[in-house]
Amino acid sequence: MRILLVEDDAEVARFVKKGLQEAGHTVEHAGNGRDGLFLAASEQFDMLVLDRMLPGGVDGVRIVETLRGQGNRTPVLFLSALGAVDERVKGLKAGGDDYLVKPFAFAELLARVEALARRPTVDAPATRLRVADLELDLLSRTVTRSGRKIDVQPREFRLLEHLMRHAGQVVTRTMLLEKVWDYHFDPQTNVIDVHVSRLRQKLDKGFDKPLIHTVRNAGYMIRAEP
Amino acid sequence: MTAGSPLGAPNRILPYRGAAPPRLTQSAGFRFAAFFTLMFLVAAVVLVSVMWWATAGALDRQLVAAIRADTVALTERWREGGQLALQDAIQERIALDISNEAIYLLLSDHGERLAGNLETWPAEANSDESFLRIRIMHDGIPTDARLLRRDLPGLRLLVGRDESERLQLRLTLTEGVAWSLGASLIVALLGASLIRRALDRRLEPTFVTALGIAGGDLSRRVPLSGQGDEFDRLGESMNTMLDRIESLMQGVKGVSDAIAHDLRTPIARARSKLEEGLINAQGQDELRAAMEQGIQDLDGISRIFQALLRITEAEAGARRAAFAPLDLSEMLLDVSDFYGAAAEAREQRLETDFPASLPMVGDRDLLMQAMANLLDNAVKFTPPGGVLRLTARRLEDGVVELAVSDSGPGLSAQDRARAGVRFFRAEPSRHMPGYGLGLSLVRAVAQLHGGTVLLEDAIPGASPPGLCVRLLLSGST
Repeated sequence: MRILLVEDDAEVARFVKKGLQEAGHTVEHAGNGRDGLFLAASEQFDMLVLDRMLPGGVDGVRIVETLRGQGNRTPVLFLSALGAVDERVKGLKAGGDDYLVKPFAFAELLARVEALARRPTVDAPATRLRVADLELDLLSRTVTRSGRKIDVQPREFRLLEHLMRHAGQVVTRTMLLEKVWDYHFDPQTNVIDVHVSRLRQKLDKGFDKPLIHTVRNAGYMIRAEP
Repeated sequence: MTAGSPLGAPNRILPYRGAAPPRLTQSAGFRFAAFFTLMFLVAAVVLVSVMWWATAGALDRQLVAAIRADTVALTERWREGGQLALQDAIQERIALDISNEAIYLLLSDHGERLAGNLETWPAEANSDESFLRIRIMHDGIPTDARLLRRDLPGLRLLVGRDESERLQLRLTLTEGVAWSLGASLIVALLGASLIRRALDRRLEPTFVTALGIAGGDLSRRVPLSGQGDEFDRLGESMNTMLDRIESLMQGVKGVSDAIAHDLRTPIARARSKLEEGLINAQGQDELRAAMEQGIQDLDGISRIFQALLRITEAEAGARRAAFAPLDLSEMLLDVSDFYGAAAEAREQRLETDFPASLPMVGDRDLLMQAMANLLDNAVKFTPPGGVLRLTARRLEDGVVELAVSDSGPGLSAQDRARAGVRFFRAEPSRHMPGYGLGLSLVRAVAQLHGGTVLLEDAIPGASPPGLCVRLLLSGST
């Protein structure tokens, strides 16, 4: 993926750029809002990672508003030290697609960047999701593995759906809390872990090949191969 | 509240010079006073006009009436007795007129003077106007007179009155009016300046208070006179506004206090662990472990930071903007889902009891955080095999009661009083993970929702008594 990173802090920028490059992406970096807007408007990117507060008179929100005004729909991830709820809402309203508050773990950033890059397209809604022998029917809301029906609760269904939509990608605990439960709070303990392990038990019971994998220091991933 | 410098104390008093006092024409006091003067003068002018009409005007009208009546009477005499009778009547009237005001002249057609006390026929009397006001020679003295000419067959009659005395009276009246108008003007100006002074005096304390606040001393309040008048109302609303500003400022100050003071402890903990790792670690793996621990500690610090921000935001009431209608039951379902699993993992049982729907207005994320903190505490402090209870209901007065109880060790009376103070941790819990912010947030969230937090024994008399935290949230607003 070709990613534009607009971040004024040199150290954070270096760290993020290096990490994204190691994950196999091409990264362009702009140190202020003006350059960032120029690059974003004149070149083709698959993803923009924007700091909200930028020097140069053009901040992250302005960049997104300008791009969206021009019909540019490149996914945008905000990276910000402004963590209050209304700041998040402001960022998303301006046209941002996700919002990550500093300080952050790189794994969280990477997971969100890759999740955004492969967002389900609106014009081709899938009715069936499949990973290996696991199948999820969005219309009848049933889960089957190797043809055998597995009973899941509505929340577990949504959890599994989210994991399967991002099959092969890391999904962090915070992402699950935000996207599946729509809460922004600090649960203190690993409340998500319990749900995932319950779901995992249901899916893997009687099968020798586990599908949901724990990625150390990051989150979870559903994939066919171990 | 946190330890630290006393809240609300002025940091420094800036030398602040208020706006220059308004120029005279800009002063509201002056404008009120000018208006007052104007009204007073208008009233005086109306009064004087009425008086003038009633005195000088009446005299004038009387005079005209007297001349007409006299003329009619003389004409009557001429009709009855002819020219001679008229002459007699005139002579008689002149003789009877003691004040020497009456003026008569009777001429024949040829201009021959037949009777009267006027020497010559005034030239002005030949005009078409029958009523005249002219200056004539009366008894050798020039006087102002009013005359009425009446033409009879073969005769010309002039009847009039000397006006000089009346004019004198009129002059006196005019003088009186001028004096009284002058006096009114002086009284009006005096009154105006008194009004202005009174206004200034009543507004001065407000002005001084505002200047003091602009200078940085937020503790100042407008002194009230106790009369309950408009100025007191202005002062009261200013004071209410200042109280609100001060509490907001305290919230902001609370954040900086927390950053400056409260975060030091966890940072110190993280730092000492890292330092220990650096000195004592044997080989790559231990060093790596120490670094991972360091990163975890830093994450913990940013979580504390986030929690502190949420607490202070809630305490300052700054999050009221995020209030929206919500169904508490849905959230209770989610939270019991989260922590029911966590309780199960610790072999505890979470019992719930709440209605299918419990609509209220509030801050979803903060309420969730508060419930999460309570349940997290309950799970942490209840031994395996214990029972947790999460209940909610709407009381009769519309208040929503939310309660979390556990069968843990409970809190002693003095710990209960201190629970909710930031970073306070009761003695038996010191070895448990946590920072002592959970209940402070719960308390702040309850306050934000117009409610309170009550700490009670879950099972009174039992040992251990357990802890029941009851949140009373105002259902509306």
